[in-house]
Order: sequence, then C-alpha cells, then structure tokens
Amino acid sequence: MSALLQERATAQPTPAIATEPRRRPSRRTVLLLTAAAIWILGFLVLNGTSTLALPASELTDLHRSLNQFNAWVAANRADNPVFLYIFTPLRSAVDAVANLFTTTFAATTTGLRLPEIGWLGTVALLTWIALAVGNIRVALLTAAVFVFFGIQGLFVEATYTFALVLTSVLLTLLVGIPLGVLAGIYGRVARVITPVLDFMQTLPTFVYLAPLALVFLIGPASAVIATVIYAAPPVIRLTAHGIRRIPDNTREASDSLGTTGLQRLLTLQLPMARRTIVMGINQGTMAALSMVTIAALIAAPGLGQTVVRALQSLDVGTAVNAGLSIVLLAIVLDRVTTAASRRAEPGFARKRSASPKTRFIFLAVALAGVLVMVQLSRTMLWAAAFPQDLNVGPAIVQAVNAASHWLQSNLSLFTVSLREGVTNGILNPFQSLLTDTPFYILVIVIALVAYALGGWKLAALTTACLGVIIYLGLWSDSMVTLAGTLVATAVVMVLGIVFGVAMGRSSRVDQLMRPLLDAGQTMPSFVYLVPFLGLFGATRFTAIVAGIIYAAPVAIKITADGIGGISPTVVESAVASGSTPWQVITKVQLPMARQSLALAANQGLIYVLAMVVVGALVGAGGLGYDVVAGFVQSSIFGKGLAAGLAIVFLGIMLDRMTQAAAAAPARRIPSPIT
Amino acid sequence: MRKAERLIKRTMPAVAGAAAAALLLAGCGGASVNQTAAAAGATGTPCGSVNVAMNAWVGYTADAAVYSYVAKNKLGCTVVQKDLNEQVSWQGFASGEVDVIIENWGHADLTKQYITDQKVAVDAGSTGNEGHIGWYVPPWMAEKYPDITDGQNLNKYASMFTTSESGGKGQVLDGDPAFVTNDEALVKNLNLDYKVVFAGSEAALIQSFRTAEQNKTPLLGYFYEPQWFLSEVPLKKVNLPKWTEGCDANPEKVACDYPTYKLNKIISKKLDDSGSPAAKLAKGFTWTNEDQNSVATDIQGGMTPEAAAKKWVDAHQSVVDGWLS
Repeated sequence: MSALLQERATAQPTPAIATEPRRRPSRRTVLLLTAAAIWILGFLVLNGTSTLALPASELTDLHRSLNQFNAWVAANRADNPVFLYIFTPLRSAVDAVANLFTTTFAATTTGLRLPEIGWLGTVALLTWIALAVGNIRVALLTAAVFVFFGIQGLFVEATYTFALVLTSVLLTLLVGIPLGVLAGIYGRVARVITPVLDFMQTLPTFVYLAPLALVFLIGPASAVIATVIYAAPPVIRLTAHGIRRIPDNTREASDSLGTTGLQRLLTLQLPMARRTIVMGINQGTMAALSMVTIAALIAAPGLGQTVVRALQSLDVGTAVNAGLSIVLLAIVLDRVTTAASRRAEPGFARKRSASPKTRFIFLAVALAGVLVMVQLSRTMLWAAAFPQDLNVGPAIVQAVNAASHWLQSNLSLFTVSLREGVTNGILNPFQSLLTDTPFYILVIVIALVAYALGGWKLAALTTACLGVIIYLGLWSDSMVTLAGTLVATAVVMVLGIVFGVAMGRSSRVDQLMRPLLDAGQTMPSFVYLVPFLGLFGATRFTAIVAGIIYAAPVAIKITADGIGGISPTVVESAVASGSTPWQVITKVQLPMARQSLALAANQGLIYVLAMVVVGALVGAGGLGYDVVAGFVQSSIFGKGLAAGLAIVFLGIMLDRMTQAAAAAPARRIPSPIT
Repeated sequence: MRKAERLIKRTMPAVAGAAAAALLLAGCGGASVNQTAAAAGATGTPCGSVNVAMNAWVGYTADAAVYSYVAKNKLGCTVVQKDLNEQVSWQGFASGEVDVIIENWGHADLTKQYITDQKVAVDAGSTGNEGHIGWYVPPWMAEKYPDITDGQNLNKYASMFTTSESGGKGQVLDGDPAFVTNDEALVKNLNLDYKVVFAGSEAALIQSFRTAEQNKTPLLGYFYEPQWFLSEVPLKKVNLPKWTEGCDANPEKVACDYPTYKLNKIISKKLDDSGSPAAKLAKGFTWTNEDQNSVATDIQGGMTPEAAAKKWVDAHQSVVDGWLS
C-alpha cells in the first residue's frame, strides 16, 4: 500500500493559492465560512424543498432504459455477435480454467464430490510450493493453517476460495504484467492507463458484481473476471513502477552493448524489477481474496458463501468460524508472497546459509514425498476427505454463539443505547442536514469548498460529478451515503490522530500496534461486518462501525508515519523551550504533519465508502441498498446499476477533494510558545 | 545472462513439480477413490449431478433438504447445493449453474423470460404449499388495538411505530431485500405515513417479532406463511386493499395486497431432457404446509437440515415412494 500511496501523493498537482497577509483570515477560510453559512441558511430557510428524493419503489426513465437494456441482453445473449464471439467464449475459457483448479483442490461434481487431490495431497503440495518460493517458516505456517481449515470443518470451502484466488491471480498476472511492462517502458501508455487504474481502485468491490453478472451470468467464471479486474491495478502499477525505477545509466550501459528491446526486457528490466513485481503479486493476491469472498453473491463457491448465509440467518458463530478461515487464508497468502518477494531481492542468494545446490536437492526429495502423499490422497478415503472426527467446527460455532448471546443479553442495554444515541444524536441530524437542504444549495456549497481547496479545476470537476449524480436520479440516496461516510471518516480521523500520535511519539507503541494494523489491512472488508452484526443488529450504525474499524488502520499508519517523520530537532527545541507534551502535539507535531493527516483522510474516506456500501448487507441504506436491491430484484436492476455509478462519482469527488487538501501548501506554523 | 539463468533455476523446481503432478494425475486419472466409491453407491438408473439453488428462508431450506436427501440416498445423485438469492437463482438456468428451484413464489416476469422466451427452464408443478405474504403485527397489538388489522387505520397508529431508522415516520420492517416485496410501492400508493426499513434477513425479522411480543413493543412488518414461527407467535395479518387480478401488474403502481401464491418448482430444461431420476423426483415432490413446518421447526431447533430431512422421510416413507413411482 505505502508504495502506491506515495506514488499517488507525489503525483498531485499543487494548486497555487495565494496566502493573504497575516492577521486577516485567509481567502480559503473566508470561502469555507461562506460555504458553511450558505448551507446552514439554505437548510433553515428552504428546508425540505428541491430535495430530489426518489421513493425506493420509483424509477426514473434512465433506470427504466437500463432495465430494458438488461432484458435486451438476456434476450439477445444467444445470437448477438458480441456475445457469440467475444463474451461467451471468454466466459467458457475462464470457466474451464476455474474448473480445472476447483476440481483439483476443492471438489468435483461427480461421485463423492472428492477433489482430484485430496486434503493430504493438497496440504503437502501447497506446503512444498510455499517452501520453494518462500522459506521453511511460511511453509510450516501454510501446513498448519490448511490443516486447521479441516479442523474447522471448512476444508472444502477454504480450498474452493483458494482455487478461485489462484485462478484469478494467474489470469491477473497474464493480463497485468504485460500491461505493466508496456506502461513502464512507454510513457504514453502509462498516461492513458493511470486514470483508468485510479478509477478502478476507487470502485468498491460490490459495484463490479451486477454489470459483470449481466454480461457473464452468475457463476465462478464471472467471479473470476470480476476479481481479475479488481486485482489487476496494483499488479500493473507496481510492474510499471519497478521497470521505471531502473537507473538510466544501467539501461544505457546495457544499450551500449547493443542489446535489442526484447533482450533488454528479458535480461535487464524484468530481472531488476522482479522484487517490485512480486510485491505487486502480493497486493494483487490480497485484492483477489477480498473480491472472491464477496463474489459469493454471484454464486462463487467457498468461504464467502458460508459468511453470506450466516449473515442472512444471524448465525454469528458460523460467520465467525468462516471469517476466521478467511483471515487465516489472508495471512498465509500475504506471508508466502512477502517471503517470495524477499527471496526475489537482489543479493538474497549471498545471504542464504545453504548453497543453491543443497537446496535444490532438498526440494527434489521433498517433492518426491509430496507426490507420494498426492497419490495416497487419490486412493485412500482417509487422505481424500478430511476426517470428520477431527472436525471441531460445530463446537467453535456453538461456543461463539453462546458468547454472542451472552453479550447480546448482558450488553444490550449498552449496545442499544449507544446505537440509538449515536443514530439519533449525530447520524440523523447530520443526514437530514444533507438530505433536506435543496440540491442546488449543496452543489454551490460543495463547489465553493472545492474551489477553496483546489481552484477552478477542482470546482468544475466536483460540479460535474454532482451533475452526473443528479442525472442518475439518485441525489437523495447519495446524500444518505455521504452522511454515513462523513460521520465514519470523522471518527476514523479521531482514531487516526490519537493512535497515530501515540505511535509517532513512542517506538514501543509503534512496535506493539504495527503488526495489528498490518493484519487489519489484509482482511477482506466482508469479515468486518460479522462481529458488529452480532453486537448491534442490522442498522446503518452497524455499517458505520464496521467502516470505522476497516478504515482506521490505514489512517493510523499514515498519521503515525507523518508524525514520526518530523525532524527530531524541531520537537526537541520545542521541548527545550518549555512546551508541555500537549503543546508539542497540538502546536508542533500535528500542524507539521498536516499533509499526512489530509492523506489519511483521503484513504480513510475511500475505505469507509467501500465499507458503507458493503454495509448494505447489514442494513445500511442509501446507494449501497440500491445496489444490493437492484442486484437481487430484476424490476429495479437499472436503479442498482445507476447507484453503482453514483458511488463511483461520489468516490471520485471525495478522493479529488481530499487529495487537493493534502497537496495544498501548509499554513505558517505558529510558534510553540504562547 | 547470469540473472536470467538464476531465474530459470529458481522457477525450475516449481515447473518440474507442477509437471510431475500433472503427469501423476493423468496417469491415475481413472483410479481415483472418488469415482470407485460413487459407482458402488449408485443403484438403478444413473442420476449424475444436480445443482439445487438454496434461497435464504427456512421453509425453502426444509424443501431443499428433503429433496436433496431423497435424491442423494434413494437415487444416488450427487447433489450440489448453491446459496443464491431468489431471482439470481433463475439466472443460473441460463448459465447452467442451477438445475432446481424447489420453492418458487410467483415471478411472472422471470417465468416469461426463462421458461417462455429463452426456454432454459421448465415448470415442474406445485409443491402442494400455498404461500401468503402480508403485513403482520404481534398478537398483543391486535388484542389491544383491534382496529389495527384494518389497513385503513394504519396512519392513525403511525407515530407508535417510529424508530431511529424510520426518519420520523412509522416503520414497516421488511426482510431480505431479495424477497418478493411491493412494500415500498404500497406505502407510497396507499398514502401511508410509513417508511420501509430492511431487517436484512428472515432471521432478523423473526427475532424482531419475538422481541416485540415479549416486551410488548409495537412492530409492523413483512411476513409470510408457510412459516414455522407462526406456531410460536401467532402474528396477526393486517388487511390491505384486496388483491384483484392484474392489480399488481406494474410494480411501481401496486396499491393492493399480495396474491395467494401457488408455490411451484422450477427445473432446468437440461435436467428435464436428461431423463435423470432427479427430474422425476422434482416433478413428483409435493407436501403440505404442516410437513414443511415440521421440518423447518426441527432445523430451527438446531438439527442439521440433513438430519431433519431424514427424520421426516423415515416417518413418511409412503409419501416419498409416491413421488418416485
């Protein structure tokens, strides 16, 4: 993530906003205050007029034409040439690859539904692969985790998920590495591709599903295609970055030897960019896991289905059990690909204790053992299906359910009053401030804020985004989503500042927190819904809490890095001149880390937005609900598709505004002594 | 060149391993324990594999559990259950992902699209169950406010049903957004001072009604039968303007109650043409609301769907034999 962030952060245009002489409020402050005044006046005077509210059952003409498009696709799928020669063959090809891996590792559709390689063979083979690309530690981790899946009673589900991730990652690399190489070599390709990638990364996972299911129907094939689209951007970006980073003089040295373009690529650029490319594979894999779980909604088999079913039946125990599997799978995939990227580091070979030859022999012997186990798992029932007597899944489920019931009955006074208090006290008033103010007032207000942050260009961009949202007919729902997103982001920023400052000031706190945050960031968004559904039931509040927890790690890390990056001499001089710790924090550290804070807000917003949408599964309203409902009710399909687009434009708007805030020049830092 | 060589050396073991594994698989293709065991398990006409869509309410689970149990244990079929939403399941007929929907609620539009136009699915007849959807209140409310069961009086009581989610209006609690519902349109077209809020699932609806009855708190919500929960808490139906033929043709303009649904089964054309005993079982499958409720109650009480199905099948051997004959 950090490499990406830096790339994004430095790529910002720096708008020039002239600062007025001291003692007078800056022009920006005046603009922001004006905007606030217009908003409040508009809300008080024109309350409830021109709110563009569209009742949930009603459609606009645009939605109806999208509905017709849906019907048209269904009717013409069999004989339209685009489908006949492009989409249907593509679907069959992807389906064949996905089928190959799922039947190998998870289950066949015949006989006892045993996979081609039973559990023993799968564990042995995967452990060996982890050993070959990584090291002995990640190999042991892999073996332990996959055996634990069996103990949880989820071996088949976990291997389904694993097989789909594997399929998706392989196809992603097939698409992503060539594109990344092109973007790395030719600046023009990079300029075309970058905005597309930005756009793809702002899209919440959820939004991909309906359009893809429309074109590719439901099933593992569309799940894999959705995943490839979602996981490709980091792979493309990091491949391009790795190739671009090679120093010019190295390239020139190779050129002077008379190498051709292809030789240069194979002997110099790819090998030198290898570590960055493997980092891209790591990020792509994590993205793939997160998408594959959500693709359960379009009939992708695996752990995601278990979680969805559990969410639907409020079965917290089952959801936690399956969620734990997803988390463990995420950890294994992360560690193995990270170990692989370390191994790809130049100079790694010299640090190794064993010589390459010994290692090669060791791996070959181990492989022979693996093949024996694979063969066993194909012929012996005990090695094919994970033994049922070792299955403690039901016990885990029951224990968690008991704990959850205890919490619900004993903490309900606390959880319910917290939920009602926050909803009535903060969320509802703020939401009505957005939904009950006339739309034109809000457009003016947001454009003014955008102008203050980033000049005319940004103001034009945000107005255009808002215009599209109005055209899509979903203004009111967008404001509901915006309200939830902003409330959650505000809390995320508070957490980011509190923990980020603590981490930035003390390396001990940093060491303690960082692994937790890293783990938090590798988890698919889905998993976060589970515990809060158990505590708070299905409401907007639940989605917001899940969004806060999902987005907090990234905000905390960026803030901590910003605080930690301040020159120690500045802090020491402040301390030496008698400032209290509180003064140091508020007058020196926070103002100096202002850009990091804005960047944290940017990433926090994008993460929260993604979660608030997924949160529609547990009762969040607004655009997320439209997407979910459009997905499951064909009569409002068009509205769901429009809502997906509205989320995209809302995301772009928020992203650009916070990026502009991050790029704006810092104000003069006041003297630490008052 | 050295680096390229090293790269090749490093990837060699992995490539060799994959190749060896592939060879091994090809070599022992036929000898897998999977196929041998299957051959021993099947009796009579080979059934092959059948994909059953699993929609998210317990009544459906009960039907699907019994169907799957019989298909697996009496016919030797390989049953693949897939958790899918109601309308999404229909798409599976076109993509080959789904063979059986064992309890279908109406869906005239999808019937037209997939059965009449695309001809990828076939109506496999009634399940024997009659479905009702409507708005319900907990029994204590019907006792205390007898006129509440008349939909015309709903606005009088709207203020009682407000919650933090309903924006100052009365709350109508719906289930899963995927369920058959006209409630949003009903609220608007009947000029009700209410807002539809989604609980998200059948389980959440049941929990809300249970709590409302226990604590004597007001609740108005979407519910349906056959439904095991009605024997635990006999919810009272609120009467909306009576359903007439065609009054719900335009989903945006609906202003009448839900029709009575003759629940039926839908199977894929592919399964129907295959002559598999699984298709015959799907067509033969019928039972009563009491049957469904008894299996659903067992599942809800903590039995696995498979065990609950076994219990019912063992007790109703003759009914099951009737489906297969």
